[in-house]
Amino acid sequence: MNFVLPEIDLGAIAPQLWLTATAILVLMVQAFVPLVTSRSLALLSIIGSLLSLVATLGLWGQEAVLFSGMIALDTFSLFFNVVFLLGAILTVLISVEYLEREQIAHGEYFALVLFATVGMMIMAAGVDLIAIFIGLEILSLSLYVLAGFMRQVLRSNESAMKYFLLGAFATGFFLYGIALLYGATGSTNLDRIFLIAGERGGWGNVLVMGGMGLLLVGFGFKVASVPFHMWTPDVYEGAPTPISAFMSTAAKAGAFAAFVRVFLYSLPGLAASWAPLLAGMAVLSMVVGTLLALVQRRNIKRLLAYSSIVHVGYLLLGLLSGGTEGGASVLFYLLAYTFMQVGAFAVVVYLGGQGEDDLSLARFSGVAVRHPVAALAFSLFLLSLAGIPPTAGFVGKFYIFSAAIQAGHIGLAVVGVLTSVVSLYYYLGVIVFMYMRDPVDLPERRPSAALVTALALAVAGTVEMGLFPGSLLDLAQQSVASLLGS
Amino acid sequence: MSPFIVALIPLLPALAVLVNGLLGFRVLKEKAHRLGVGSVALSFLLSLWVIWQVAFAGARADLVFYEWVVAGNFSVSIGFLIDPLTAVMLFVVTGVGLLVHIYSIGYMHGDPGYPRFFTYMNLFMVSMLLLVMANNYLLLFVGWEGVGLCSYLLIGYWYEKKSASDAGKKAFIVNRIGDAGFLLGVFLVFMTFGSLDFREVFPRADQAAVGVLTAITLLLFVGAVGKSAQLPLHVWLPDAMEGPTPVSALIHAATMVTAGVYMVARSHVLFSLAPVSLQVVAAVGALTAIFSASIGLVQNDIKRVMAYSTVSQLGYMFFGLGVGAYAAGIFHLMTHAFFKGLLFLGAGSVIHALAGEQDMRRMGGLRSHLPVTAPTLYVASLALAGIPPFAGFWSKDEILGAAFKEGQYLLWALGVVAAFMTAFYVFRMIYMTFYGESRVERERAHHIHESPRVMTWPLILLAALSTVGGIIPGFPPEGGLIHGFLGQVFASHGAPEAQHGLELVDYGLMGVSVAVGLAGWGLARFFYISRPEIPGALARRFSFVYRLLLNKYWVDEIYAALVVNPLLRLGRSLRNFDERVIDGAVNGVSFLTVLWGRISDLFDRFTVDGAVNGAGAVVRGGARNFRRLQTGFAQNYALAMLLGIFVIASLYLLF
Repeated sequence: MNFVLPEIDLGAIAPQLWLTATAILVLMVQAFVPLVTSRSLALLSIIGSLLSLVATLGLWGQEAVLFSGMIALDTFSLFFNVVFLLGAILTVLISVEYLEREQIAHGEYFALVLFATVGMMIMAAGVDLIAIFIGLEILSLSLYVLAGFMRQVLRSNESAMKYFLLGAFATGFFLYGIALLYGATGSTNLDRIFLIAGERGGWGNVLVMGGMGLLLVGFGFKVASVPFHMWTPDVYEGAPTPISAFMSTAAKAGAFAAFVRVFLYSLPGLAASWAPLLAGMAVLSMVVGTLLALVQRRNIKRLLAYSSIVHVGYLLLGLLSGGTEGGASVLFYLLAYTFMQVGAFAVVVYLGGQGEDDLSLARFSGVAVRHPVAALAFSLFLLSLAGIPPTAGFVGKFYIFSAAIQAGHIGLAVVGVLTSVVSLYYYLGVIVFMYMRDPVDLPERRPSAALVTALALAVAGTVEMGLFPGSLLDLAQQSVASLLGS
Repeated sequence: MSPFIVALIPLLPALAVLVNGLLGFRVLKEKAHRLGVGSVALSFLLSLWVIWQVAFAGARADLVFYEWVVAGNFSVSIGFLIDPLTAVMLFVVTGVGLLVHIYSIGYMHGDPGYPRFFTYMNLFMVSMLLLVMANNYLLLFVGWEGVGLCSYLLIGYWYEKKSASDAGKKAFIVNRIGDAGFLLGVFLVFMTFGSLDFREVFPRADQAAVGVLTAITLLLFVGAVGKSAQLPLHVWLPDAMEGPTPVSALIHAATMVTAGVYMVARSHVLFSLAPVSLQVVAAVGALTAIFSASIGLVQNDIKRVMAYSTVSQLGYMFFGLGVGAYAAGIFHLMTHAFFKGLLFLGAGSVIHALAGEQDMRRMGGLRSHLPVTAPTLYVASLALAGIPPFAGFWSKDEILGAAFKEGQYLLWALGVVAAFMTAFYVFRMIYMTFYGESRVERERAHHIHESPRVMTWPLILLAALSTVGGIIPGFPPEGGLIHGFLGQVFASHGAPEAQHGLELVDYGLMGVSVAVGLAGWGLARFFYISRPEIPGALARRFSFVYRLLLNKYWVDEIYAALVVNPLLRLGRSLRNFDERVIDGAVNGVSFLTVLWGRISDLFDRFTVDGAVNGAGAVVRGGARNFRRLQTGFAQNYALAMLLGIFVIASLYLLF
């Protein structure tokens, strides 16, 4: 038997390694250094993330397939690394204050965030379904724990339990899909699947079709697309707010990275079969998410959860449009979405009182008077989410819709335009509460330096990507081009 | 032309927005107007310089500041187009804007939200300037959205009043319908021409098929109908009067509501190539003109009269555009901005004097108390009624003349009747307010006072513009500066105004215009001065017609029954479903295990036995559990996922 040792090039996975090492270090420090503050652990996590970011940028432009065809090093995965790290850094920044306020400042928190990020990176870089699956599991397991991190709070436990049960359910589908594809093609390698599925694809082959469909379900769950979305509002509401932000941005980006890679890179030959399904999921996500968000007044986190479903619809539309344009629009939008969504959650963290027992819109009444800067920033994020120019959200939507139109999905683009027209109504509802209601008594509090940094980053990103989107879009296009080899 | 100076025109108010927005409540407080008014004043001066350059130095510019959105071979820039059409709009927006800002210093004095008011107003100026200066549809849309947002915020400015926040909501929702149409139109432009730049799209317009152009222009016109409150989306504008009166004057009379007119005029190249759309524009305009003029005949709230009058006058503008008289439409836009802005500010002054009274049945005899407001309002009414030589006469007459010469006799007749009604209702307003016996409530009566000078000066200036605004640019206006000026934009597309002189038919039509204006005036005088018992008797005699008009043809009620209530019901049932699903708890682990077994069983059969058996089993399994879905547990979410999968699988197998 011929046993070949896999080539091991640790340099190519330096970003993942830096993060893993940092996460372990955080755990160790927490365990062995007495009286260490969560602030210093957060600082440590951020330093680790920055090192990982530097490593990512250092690898820029290199291309290789490593570890026996499990992991790819390409601009696509590196671009996503940036998105994940950004999400992680912002999440850590907005967590500091939150953890202290809710008295759940344990070091594992930061370690888990970093581990989850490693999982995403593996998902984005995986060129084998097994590698993608491992990444997905690292990500999911960390998130299950993080969602229930407020052990004393029933809501948080419920959130973790629901997420875990349904996540396990979806993982089952995902694995089954991998198994079927393996059965059909004899490989879990995306290149091999591409070759064989191209030959034997089509309606005749139940195994390929079934495998693909089940993968679609698994991804549909992870990105929270209708009809696999029902866990989203409950989980986002119950989870610690920074984790809700993390789940709705970075974690979603991780799932989308693998989604794009598997469907656009490996299964484009079957586009005729998956395109109608994706189209249906996209339309449902946009329409159902919008309708549900319209009647949501009770909890801002639920509102943001429903709105995230709508955004998934847009992203699916970009994915569906395919090609460099469509793929790039997804990448661009994910980055933009990370800024504005985390930014919005950051404001929720800032304004929510201890325990967050009231996050109804009424709580935001008259915020503009007491906290003008927070109100202005929140308005910016909400308007960006609504796609009002000249913000990142507008430009992102514009790219997605124009990619859809160029790909001939005119009806879908029209649905997208209409839902985003409607969506302004519920985003503006929050702004109205902030600017046009009498102030309620909010605890007078100075935001921590970390939170201010996060807000500033998010504002800068939202504005920068809205006003000068050109260079980032080029980058996104290069990344997708490196993946699709065009 | 220096790009820097052009860029400063919208940037100055933008700067004021930032400063006022952040520091307004804490630092500036009742000094907030200094920045607000000062920035607009500077913008106005810069605009004058630009207008001078365009008018007398023949300057034209298409300034591109930078490429904003680049996607493939398609790009949109941030850039301004400076041409005569923009220049006229700049004059209207910054000129009337400045006067209204000055007036607001007095009107809003002492309001607790003073800095907020100026922040919104300046934000409005920025958006409106972007709208009229944009060199492409996307940037125009930026302004379009911005003015809509500000309009919404300002209508609901006095949010403690439920009617005000309801009105804001209504304006917002109705406008969204229009905006959706506009956006779709913009997308269709993009698909057809691959560009959104005016300089790219218009020269190639004739290469597109007429059907496509008709679709584009109709969609764009849907946007204009929403923004400019034309039938059947006019319902928001009268309610918008809940906002402070300066807002009504600036946004809901002089500028924002004319954005639709401007946009159609800007797109005249496309419209000219789509005769069906032009006919639609003309018909909608003329119908709106007479429809809302008739409502205006019987309204008792002074601001509502003005609101219906605005809707009606906007109808005239579209009517003009629709018959190809683009320059006349824009000319009317300008004169209307003067006299309607004045009417609103004057009405505001009356309301101010009466401490908030808006019902004309409780006014009367105010002439002697308001020595500045009364004569200036009189001038504005003459202009609106179309009595020469006041400004409104020339522009309205020109539109009607163009319609007649284009052979649109039916629409022309509608326009003439509407002109008669206009003269009647505006003088009805004058007589009910300023003449006759005082019907003011006693506790208000003793402190009636003329407004402070900061409010009356804008009235006087606007009155001057309303008097001579029609002829100063040249007499007759058709041959004058404005037309020669705008003709350069509309050249080769506009029809009748290309001929600069006056012909016999023009004098005849003018005679008709003057006659109906005087007749309306006379009738109002007869009804409300000579024989004040007649209106009541008529209302009783023709009570159905009276109620029909008083209730605005019951359009709101019809919309409520057909659209609003069904939608509310849908929303409520969706929420109920949602809440029921949500309120459950996690206790379904055991159930889930069973479900798991069932699912794997199903899927085994599914893949083994093929489609039919499996599908049947899932349906049975689904039906059995369907009732439980309503009770709401985690397993139901799993079930929902399963159903989703089932749908996907059946789609697979069916197609």
